[in-house]
Amino acid sequence: MGKWLQAFLFIAFASSIAAERNPRTERISGSAGDVLEDDPVGRLKVYVYELPSKYNKKILQKDPRCLSHMFAAEIYMHRFLLSSPVRTLNPEEADWFYTPIYATCDLTPTGLPLPFKSPRMVRSAIQLISSSWPYWNRTEGADHFFVVPHDFGPCFHYQEEKAIKRGILPILQRATLVQTFGQRNHVCLKDGSITIPPYAPPQKMQARKIPLNTPRSIFVYFRGLFYDVNNDPEGGYYARGARAAVWENFKNNPLFDISTEHPTTYYEDMQRAVFCLCPLGWAPWSPRLVEAVVFGCIPVIIADDIVLPFADAIPWEEIGVFVAEEDVHKLDTILTSIPPEVILRKQRLLANPSMKRAMLFPQPALPGDAFHQILNGLARKLPHQKSIYLKPGEKILNWTAGPVGDLKPW
Amino acid sequence: MKLLALQQSYLNRRSNSFRSSGPLDSYSDSAIKSPAAIFWIVLHGLSCLISLVLGFRFSRLVFLLLSTSSTNFYTSPFHSSSELSKTLDLHSVLPTNPVGNIPVPALNNTATNSRVVVGRHGIRIRPWPHPNPVEVMKAHNIIERVQMEQRSQFGVKDPRKIIVVTPTYVRTFQALHLTGVMHSLMLVPYDLVWIVVEAAGISNETASLIAKSGLKTIHVGFNQRMPNSWEERHKLESEMRLRALRIVREKKLDGIVMFADDSNMHSMELFDEIQNVKWFGAVSVGILANSADTNEMADQKKGEEENPPMPVQGPACNVSNMLAGWHTFNTSPFAGKSAVYIDDRAIVLPRMLEWSGFVLNSRLLWKDGDKPDWIKDIDTLDGNIENPLGLIKDPSVVEPLGSCGRQVLLWWLRVEARADSKFPPRWIIDPPLEITVPSKRTLWPDTPPELPANEKPVIGIQEPTVKHTRRTRTSRSKRPSKRKHDEARADRHTEIVSVNARNEMSFDGTAASTIGKSDCSAGLREGENSPAESKIQYTGSRGGAEKNSSEWERSLDRIGFPSKDKLSKRC
Repeated sequence: MGKWLQAFLFIAFASSIAAERNPRTERISGSAGDVLEDDPVGRLKVYVYELPSKYNKKILQKDPRCLSHMFAAEIYMHRFLLSSPVRTLNPEEADWFYTPIYATCDLTPTGLPLPFKSPRMVRSAIQLISSSWPYWNRTEGADHFFVVPHDFGPCFHYQEEKAIKRGILPILQRATLVQTFGQRNHVCLKDGSITIPPYAPPQKMQARKIPLNTPRSIFVYFRGLFYDVNNDPEGGYYARGARAAVWENFKNNPLFDISTEHPTTYYEDMQRAVFCLCPLGWAPWSPRLVEAVVFGCIPVIIADDIVLPFADAIPWEEIGVFVAEEDVHKLDTILTSIPPEVILRKQRLLANPSMKRAMLFPQPALPGDAFHQILNGLARKLPHQKSIYLKPGEKILNWTAGPVGDLKPW
Repeated sequence: MKLLALQQSYLNRRSNSFRSSGPLDSYSDSAIKSPAAIFWIVLHGLSCLISLVLGFRFSRLVFLLLSTSSTNFYTSPFHSSSELSKTLDLHSVLPTNPVGNIPVPALNNTATNSRVVVGRHGIRIRPWPHPNPVEVMKAHNIIERVQMEQRSQFGVKDPRKIIVVTPTYVRTFQALHLTGVMHSLMLVPYDLVWIVVEAAGISNETASLIAKSGLKTIHVGFNQRMPNSWEERHKLESEMRLRALRIVREKKLDGIVMFADDSNMHSMELFDEIQNVKWFGAVSVGILANSADTNEMADQKKGEEENPPMPVQGPACNVSNMLAGWHTFNTSPFAGKSAVYIDDRAIVLPRMLEWSGFVLNSRLLWKDGDKPDWIKDIDTLDGNIENPLGLIKDPSVVEPLGSCGRQVLLWWLRVEARADSKFPPRWIIDPPLEITVPSKRTLWPDTPPELPANEKPVIGIQEPTVKHTRRTRTSRSKRPSKRKHDEARADRHTEIVSVNARNEMSFDGTAASTIGKSDCSAGLREGENSPAESKIQYTGSRGGAEKNSSEWERSLDRIGFPSKDKLSKRC
């Protein structure tokens, strides 16, 4: 009896010592538990269609800039899946089907992608897979997923009004879409889509890390445009006026380190700031969120109704600060009234390495990174409901819907 | 804005371009015919004309005026246009911008039930877009709390108390130097004890200065005055530091001892770095050896082609980051040209290794306790030691800090005012000055009239003053050539100076002593000649009128100063 008591006391004592005196990080428990660290291997199988290289490799060869811009996730996802253990070469046992199309790789000389040919490209790819394999027709794409990281995702346009007018490409209506764009009650966000972060180069960010004991002395940090003078000189359209409001209200405030300059120390400065603004631009998402998370700066998200990456796995409300666009003029009051304990807790959550890993697309892939989070998201949607399987001869999708220009072959 | 908006919308719809939305076309025909539409068209034309004349978009001004009358906000035109639509029985379309971003009518979004509206929004600016001081304070508190947390997580674990040893003495620049050190120490986030050893006993000036810091201080007096020559100064300072170390031993203070000379500059990283010392450590000190006359330095450097970098004193490491030797200051280029006395205008050199580059664990100084065997006992030291290496028997045990001496964490600098420069006690001028004394360079429009009593001696010394000024011209090549003015004003300045001297009596009764000192130093400055003709400088006007000693004596007698014999003995 005495021996058991001793052993128990010893174990209790040891465990209390093992508990950190100063917790540096905090476990992130999302809405579904601690899902960031789930391992998708063994939970799903993905079949990768073999498309002719005109849909992927040739496009990349024409413009290798696609590997480093913020839409590069589609290319890296393809590469990851080709060598991942979830890939299966037997399509009969696959749960999900992936079509490798690099739709966002038609770049202007300045590097911005043009979406005009993308609908045709996607259509022609789907025509190909529906004629060469039977798997599309049996569900009309309900167990297929596509990576569409463009500005407004599957609406394939960079101007919001035109994107809304077009809506989601009709043939993608049943597929699962993996996209960066996310806004509630918006035409271009389908139910069941998976929101991912935009691509940010992991090596570049890793190379610019400064010692963690450098004191954070900047209160609010932001670098970027406030007025898009080329497209919206008077303001009011760009960012729905929110960025302009930030500038006009806080340009004289010493706590706000905001400007349009491009400093060489951008990454280092973010690591010295407590809050980093992530306002919307022409689209609500931005790579600033990824940078803020990687550098431990609390993101201040100014975008109404935005859906953030992996929203079902990451409790963004506890990590970032959400400010409504109409409250931007009170931003300093809002930020200074957050109690310091809350701020410290947010910093601890951000310091969690699984959080930082989930936002990045490293090459080669690491456990817990954004690729795995996408697979986790796909795995969570399994098993498929029986209703997605169509009866033979049944057709739901209208192949001739959409603007006339989209129906031309590619 | 909204007026122009509606006008443009009409024009757009009528042109039937691809930009306009389909369902609105049906409204356009009926709209043209109504009188309200004609009114808006006319108004639109008028606004265009006004804009042409003014050169900017007139609509903004109108909008501003309209909006300031109501709420002081730029309200979103969505609301205003919906009101108008009710009156005009039309959908309102917001203006297009040059790129052709079509404005979707706001009501078209009902399909998605979104609260977020596409189109032009107002930019909300609050009436007073300036920081609120209460919020600024709150933000600073937040930042401080975050930094405290950072320090506790990533900074030094179990920081030890820092014991700072500073030798000082009362002089003109003491307040300047000591305040600098004090502010640095006040920023240190660790526990601190400041031991201030003062030459010539405890003085009120120093005491009041360090009391302002709010730090824990030990103020000790030392019973010797600071000598004039640099050599002797260094010796005395070493003795003063040893006195402080004895205090550490007596009081058994526990922590890390560092030497902060009051004229040095310390970085905050220094205090973080010295926490890493185990027993005896050394840091790199940057030497900012200054020369009062940079022309001399420039001449010197003509022969050399490259710019010599700032010399650094400190530990030198070999490849495996072990202590291999010492970087010391190379005094050979300055041999013979260095300052000997306090106000020599030559360069002031540091010692081979400065005290401030060393830190030690205070336990090394304790009488008993476990300390390594390579430390000498302070009480057994015979005489003075030049630097703390004299305390240890084996110099290889020194730990190099600051990534093996590669980081320069503090800078050595020795800047002192002229010995005859006077400063009021506690830096308070009471009663306030009643007369302003022009400096040599300013051209006063009106100078005080010559006092009649001084006329005779003024004429008498005209020639000697000319001689003197010519003499000084050679040695002070830097001075702008205002000699002629100076000579003309020499007579005027004598009066002014005598008045000045009278006033200076109020500062401290020891004006004579300082003048005496300047007498000696002035003589020495002129190439170390004995003062055959003593040129006496007046304080407050550097390079001011030089007078013959006889004349000076006369003026001194007038204000009741001691005779010249006494003056010469004060050196």
